[in-house]
Amino acid sequence: MIRDITLGQYFPCESGIHKLDPRTKIIATIVYIIAIFAVNTFIGIGFAALFLMITTIISRVPAKFIARGIKPIVIILVFTFILNIFMLKGGEELVSVGALTITSGGLKRAFLLAFRLILIIWCSSILTLTTKPITLTDGLESMLRPLQRIGVPAHDLAMMMTIALRFIPILIEETDKIMKAQMARGADFETGNILQRARRLVPILVPLFISALRIAQDLAMAMEARCYRGGDGRTKMHSMKFARRDFVACLAIMAFLVIIIMEAHIL
Amino acid sequence: MGIIVKNLTHIYNEGLPYSHTALDDISFEIEPGEFIGIIGHTGSGKSTLLQHLNGLLKPNEGHIIVGDCDITAQGAVMKDIRRKVGFVFQYPEYQLFEETVKKDVSYGPLNLGMNEEEASLSAREAIELVGLDYDEIAQRSPFELSGGQKRRIAIAGVIAMEPEVLILDEPTAGLDPKSHNDILEIISTLHKSKGNITILVSHNMQDIADYCDKVIVMDKGKIAMYGTPGGVFSEREALEGMGLALPPVNELMRKLYECGVHVDKDILDIDEAEAAIYEILKGKKKI
Repeated sequence: MIRDITLGQYFPCESGIHKLDPRTKIIATIVYIIAIFAVNTFIGIGFAALFLMITTIISRVPAKFIARGIKPIVIILVFTFILNIFMLKGGEELVSVGALTITSGGLKRAFLLAFRLILIIWCSSILTLTTKPITLTDGLESMLRPLQRIGVPAHDLAMMMTIALRFIPILIEETDKIMKAQMARGADFETGNILQRARRLVPILVPLFISALRIAQDLAMAMEARCYRGGDGRTKMHSMKFARRDFVACLAIMAFLVIIIMEAHIL
Repeated sequence: MGIIVKNLTHIYNEGLPYSHTALDDISFEIEPGEFIGIIGHTGSGKSTLLQHLNGLLKPNEGHIIVGDCDITAQGAVMKDIRRKVGFVFQYPEYQLFEETVKKDVSYGPLNLGMNEEEASLSAREAIELVGLDYDEIAQRSPFELSGGQKRRIAIAGVIAMEPEVLILDEPTAGLDPKSHNDILEIISTLHKSKGNITILVSHNMQDIADYCDKVIVMDKGKIAMYGTPGGVFSEREALEGMGLALPPVNELMRKLYECGVHVDKDILDIDEAEAAIYEILKGKKKI
């Protein structure tokens, strides 16, 4: 169950989306997310979903993986949805119980918000599922490089992100191991109320923190032993290049943006 | 109480591009009171097999019967399985978490439903069994102990649950030679006094030869050999083909034999080897 988190987990396969330059994918993701917030109708949402669906099909990532990425946020989704139904107002009144009223406008906006959230997670899942974490941070680093002139430590930020991403699977594995060890000692994580369950996490969290610190220390030592001294003068083994498919992808996302804006303002 | 494993198959990430068959239709039996060694190259499926034996992993196919209880059956009660089968993981000291040694060792027994008194009694017995002074160590933090002591405490945490089957996954990895021998002696003593089934995974062939009644050799998710240490270690070529080696003592006897010295080439035990070589050197036996 602990392995259900796909964020930061790469799905290996050969597809047009996988081969795109990471910078293209990062920009496209940002553009897409911005576009999503311009959408105000269900037609727009439907179109945005269709766009993602086509991207997913091209990427050849099984739908199962996308669904797994959305699963963890279902609770947040339901929570915000319920909250929004009552908080957002507008249009005619549908139901009213005491202080709580549901309006048609509020209902519509609550639905729109929920769909937006799903699309955002879906979109960023595609990014992380089709891009190796290392490639992703390489892309980020190269995009941040112009900001180095005004004092943004682009390389250090990228290195920190690389390490953080690299640690996700390690920590998941470590958690899995510790959980199994404690389960073998009769620990039970599945029954009991929230407070009892939270208390039962102590036997996992304490060893996990100790492990995390130990691994971090080992890594720092290993990096120093190999003379790591920051990004100055460092060259890359794989340099990134924009290819024709990147222009095609950029055109596609621009076309998408134009259609979304047109749909929002003209229709 | 014995263990029967029938047609056990486990596939990691079934249905995905990186699916991997870790166990492939494995069947074997362990008699009550046996000391079993499991050897195999890294990735041969040893750890996966062990995790099935106390219900941490569910097989894709097959059954495991411990005593009279099918632990792979639907609705098997995990607590009963954990009570029966104790599992000492690799580097078990990384699972320590409590403020005091006593509390940490009592964690397992308390989880099994013992009351405070029974658990603390059981913890005392276990800590003494692993060769530590209970009164001196019980109230100390497990994190201020030495590596070897931590390892012992972690093993005590499992022994305190009084399992009928004790599984140890490389219990001596990363220890100094003295702690290494101490831990194996503790395990052996415990095995002799309680008559439980003990399953030991090790990359140290000499330990396997010295302590085990039977040896399971795993290779690519299958059981390549299953027999007495003498039988298994007589198949040198097959073992080397699987990335394994002979115990050093046996290696020496074989080399001597190949050089034309008339010694028993199947000797595994260091004392027997010493006696045999002494005989030759004294000239009692002709070369």
